[in-house]
Parts: sequence; structure tokens; C-alpha cells
Amino acid sequence: MSGVAPPLLEVRALETRFSTEAGLVHAVDGLSFSVNKGDSLALVGESGCGKSVTALSILRLVPDPPGRVAGGEILFEGYDLLKLSRRDMRRIRGGEMSMIFQDPMTSLNPVLTIGDQISEAIRTHESVSRRSAWRRCVELLELVRIPDPHRRVHDYPHRLSGGMRQRAMIAMAVACAPKLLIADEPTTALDVTIQAQVLGLLDRLKRELGMTVLLITHDLGVVAEWANRVVVMYAGNKVEEGRVDELFAQPLHPYTQGLLGAIPQAGRVHYTNARLHEISGTVPNLIDPPARCRFAERCAKAIDICHREYPAPFRPAAGREVSCFVAERDLA
Amino acid sequence: MIPLLQVENLTKHFVTRQGTVQAVDDVSLSIGEGETVGLVGESGCGKSTLGRMIVRLLEPTSGTITLQGKEVAHLRGEASKRFRRRVQLIFQDPFTSLNPRSTVGRILEEPLIVHRLGGRDERRAQVEELLRRVGLSPGAADQFPHEFSGGQRQRIGIARALALSPELIVCDEPVSALDVSIQAQVLNLLSSLKRQTGIAYLFISHDLSVIRYIADRIIVMYLGKIVEVAGHDSLWDRPLHPYTQALMAAVPLPDPQAARSRERVVLEGDLPSPVSPPSGCRFRTRCPHAVDRCAREEPALREVVGGRFVACHLVTAGDGPTDIGPGGPPPPAA
Repeated sequence: MSGVAPPLLEVRALETRFSTEAGLVHAVDGLSFSVNKGDSLALVGESGCGKSVTALSILRLVPDPPGRVAGGEILFEGYDLLKLSRRDMRRIRGGEMSMIFQDPMTSLNPVLTIGDQISEAIRTHESVSRRSAWRRCVELLELVRIPDPHRRVHDYPHRLSGGMRQRAMIAMAVACAPKLLIADEPTTALDVTIQAQVLGLLDRLKRELGMTVLLITHDLGVVAEWANRVVVMYAGNKVEEGRVDELFAQPLHPYTQGLLGAIPQAGRVHYTNARLHEISGTVPNLIDPPARCRFAERCAKAIDICHREYPAPFRPAAGREVSCFVAERDLA
Repeated sequence: MIPLLQVENLTKHFVTRQGTVQAVDDVSLSIGEGETVGLVGESGCGKSTLGRMIVRLLEPTSGTITLQGKEVAHLRGEASKRFRRRVQLIFQDPFTSLNPRSTVGRILEEPLIVHRLGGRDERRAQVEELLRRVGLSPGAADQFPHEFSGGQRQRIGIARALALSPELIVCDEPVSALDVSIQAQVLNLLSSLKRQTGIAYLFISHDLSVIRYIADRIIVMYLGKIVEVAGHDSLWDRPLHPYTQALMAAVPLPDPQAARSRERVVLEGDLPSPVSPPSGCRFRTRCPHAVDRCAREEPALREVVGGRFVACHLVTAGDGPTDIGPGGPPPPAA
């Protein structure tokens, strides 16, 4: 597919930096990936790897100052979002492309009812009457399976449980039938049984509305359950990419291997019979990072060149990519 | 054999403007010497409240807590201080649980000073030893908490809990704030400390896969009640309570094939309010198998087979495999 149809979203050599007292933080440093139409793509990594900053960069929501998109292109249906006027960008945001955040309590306005907020979103993008926007709200709440939508539409966010709030957020995000939904840790604040409901909901909406979803998460379990493709990030870079079943069956990058080994799995691992795989050390400082493999100092497999040069992406098969000298040597 | 810690009919009610919250309701459990008991459940199930009552940060509304046969729930003064030497706590948030203005050395020394253990030099030596045991360098003693990462701070929290050589440490979500690679370091540390010292843990977590790894015996709570008690393997092989089954089905597995092939039980609805829990079985409003009886009658926590306890009308005796945790059977159901 990716060879034929152009991707819906293509991020090319994205660089997003933040100036801090300590220096310039290279939060995202030369990241490239694409999202094809119909994808459930997961961007996965640990805290500070740049995954959320990537999402904010795509929507041009990076707080400036201190942040700045310093380089690269973000092509949405062929147009570079970084070159759009603020006004055009506002039209795309919430229209063709929308986003949901980790914490629905802080991303919903506490002094407006759910209905007010969703109809505002609709009326920003479409010229419809107040009344028909309100009707759409009720339908949207129904779509995301909020019980009793006629009543709930008049409620303020604090009256809703965490799971219900996230549903309301999703209803608002899909109000204008976006082509791309960016979901930043949408289930991290939720209990697992509620998480399962919300992931199921995202799946259903994807099918029913023909949406493409970019999911940002730290949870490899969520990736395995939900996504079809995955991009693994570490310290502002992409280290590996692939189809979910391929990547989990045969992780190529030592960081991905380490992450998977660190999870207490559902198998027979118990403290009495197995130690969990540790990744020693901590993530590197991203202030003026050196031009070499960012993972090298924590990598058990690192060889000389890893400490001197930055590994170029190596593509062993279509849709599969890894940036690692050792993996490339072993696969060649 | 007397268990190390025994909790009987423990209840904690909080009076709020909305009404009385039954945070923990008539809970009984035991922890054997050197045993790791995992306490798992979702937000609002009462697991942290229970942990806090056990370390005596909260006074129970009713019920008893005994440590090696001695009642401890209402200790005062010196007796309370002696209790603290034996039972310690590790907190979830390694950022707010360490005093930012104290050096790590001072943080670790403080329990020794309070309990008048050793002279100045002995205490110094012990601080060094504690740091070494949790995998930090002795130089860390002169640094402040903000100079450490989340995982390292959690190591400091563990060192502080170890300072008085307790017999039981209550670990309240100790790895929930950590990234998975760091989480593995802390879980490995806790298990090797246990192997070295024979310490017992009450390990509280919302994450069933973490509990499954670290615990010898697992207690599942829902809305202030224990719904199931089982050995770690038997719980995984055959969860008996419908809530445990749903919880396990909802844990995302980092294995796409296993994830796709397992049965999907997605629970409908939200957690009911703990101010007015459902009549009868508290889980019945979300239970896919609920029958009339579940609304009328509260199911008692019964032993269905050796060491395996379930509070559900629909589970009958003989439904589970035999399995008794190393701490011996838990106390009889109330």
C-alpha cells in the first residue's frame, strides 16, 4: 500500500527544540515516519523520548517559547503543515485532524457543559445552527456510548467519571469527522477495565468513521492489543519501526528487545524463577546530544562504531526499519 | 503457626458530605513470615486504605490487626514506636515522599536517630551499607533527592524502609510512577532483598502483571471487599471470580498473538459509588453472569478448595485447583 497511495501524514526529519536555562533540549531530533490511511499506528517510548512533543509538533501546538519546531516537514495529504498560516492551521485542527489527551479533566473546560463544548467545536468548523449542533452533540454522545446522552449533554465535566470524560473528549474530537485522530496516552489515567472500553471505542470509531489513528503510548501491551504498525522512539529518535506482529515476534533494536524483556509477561515469569531484564542506566541528557547512537551507553551489545557515529536507518524488509549498527551487521 | 500479620474484619468508613464512603468493608487477610502478598484492584477498591491501616497511618473504624498475635491497631506511645520498627512503608511517588531539603544520608539516618540505634559512626556506616544494598554508591549520602532520577529515588525510599530491618514492608504502588525499564530494576531489587533477608511484603498495585510477577499469593479487591484470594499460579491459570476474570482479560498483553486469541470480556459501565454500593454482591452491576440472588444476598468469602477463597454465589466448591501459599491458609472467611 505505502508504495502506491501517498501517506495521509508524513513527518520528515522533524526537529523540535526547547530552550531551557540549562541549554537547548533536542526533544525530537530528525524524526521521520509516515501514517497511511486506515492505519492504527502506535508511537511508543518511555518518558522523555519525544513522543508527545511529536504529536504537539504535528498539530503546531508546541508552546513557543520555549519550544520551537526547528526543522523538517510535516506533510498532511501532501501539504506542509509547518508552512500553513495560523488561520488555515486552526481550520485543520479539530476539523480534518484532531487530538485527545491523557487527562480529560484538564483538557475539558470545567465551567462549560459537555454540550456547550462539543457544539462549540462543531460550530467552529461548520456553519450549522445552534440547535442542529446541539442535536449532533447528543448523537455524538450516543456514538461514544455515554448512557443517557440527553441528560449528560447538560452536565459539567466534573459530574462525569474519568472514563466518561474521556468518552466525551473523544466525542468532541470526532465531531467533525477528522481524517486523522492523534490520541496522546488516552488511557493512561484510566483503570484497565475502563481502558479496555476506551480502546474498543477507538477501534469501532475508526471503522465506522473511516478514521486513521496515531496513538501515543508508553505501554507495549496497549500497542500489541490495539495497533497494526508501531514506531519505537528513544531519546528523540526513531529506533525501530514495523508491523506489530513482526516487531513483537522479532524485535531488532536492542532497546526494543530490552523493553519487551522488562515487562513481567503473562507467561510463567515469577520472581522465584526469573529476573526481569533490566536496561541499566538512565536516558541520556538531550541538551546538545552528541552525534552517535543515543542508546549506546546503555546497550549491552554496543560495539566501537556505536559510540562514534549515528546509525542510519536500515530497512531489512518493506515497512520494517531499524537504526542500529549491530542489528544491521547481524541481518546483512 | 501464627501468621506474621493478621487482619480481621477490618473496616474503614470515611464520612464525607455526600455520605459515608465504605472504603474498606469487613476485610480479613493474613501475611506469613517472608511471604509476598499481592493486593490488586482498580482505583477506589480500598487497597491503599487497607495498606495505610496496616502501617497505622489510618485508624480503622472497626476490626483488628495483629502482629504475631499481638493487637496493634490502637497502640500508643512507645509501643507504637516499637511497631514502626517492624512494619515499614514504601510510597508510590518517589518525588513527594523524600524531603527535598535533606541529604540522602540524613533521610536514611533519621529512622536510626529516632529509634536511638547506634552512635554517629555506626549510623554513618549503616547508611553506607543501606545505599550499597539498594545499588547506589556511598557518595549518594551527600546528595539531595532532586539530583536523582525517579528510579534512583525509589531506591532511596526502599533503603529508608530497610533502615530499621522491619519484618514487613507495605509497598504501595512502588513502581507505578516508573518507566518499564526502571520498573524492572526496582522489582528485581525488591525480590533480591527478599531472598537475602526473608522480609515479607504486602505489595499493592493496580497492575496485575506486576503483582503476578512479585507475589506468592494474590488478593483481589473490588469496591472495599476482597473478591478472591489465590496462589499466583492458580489465579493466572484459572481465575474464579468474574471480576478477576474481567480484570485479567483487560490487562493488555505485550504479545499480539496471545492478545488476539484470548477471550474478550469487556466490562460494561463504571465503578459504582462507594457511598452507596450495590446491594448484595457489589460487583453485580457490572457482572456478566449476575443472577437474582446476587442482588439480594451478599456473597461470603468462602474457601472453595485449599487456600483458594472466592466471594461469589456462582462459584461452587471444588471449582479450583489445590494451592496453598507459603504463608499457610488465610484466615477463615467471616
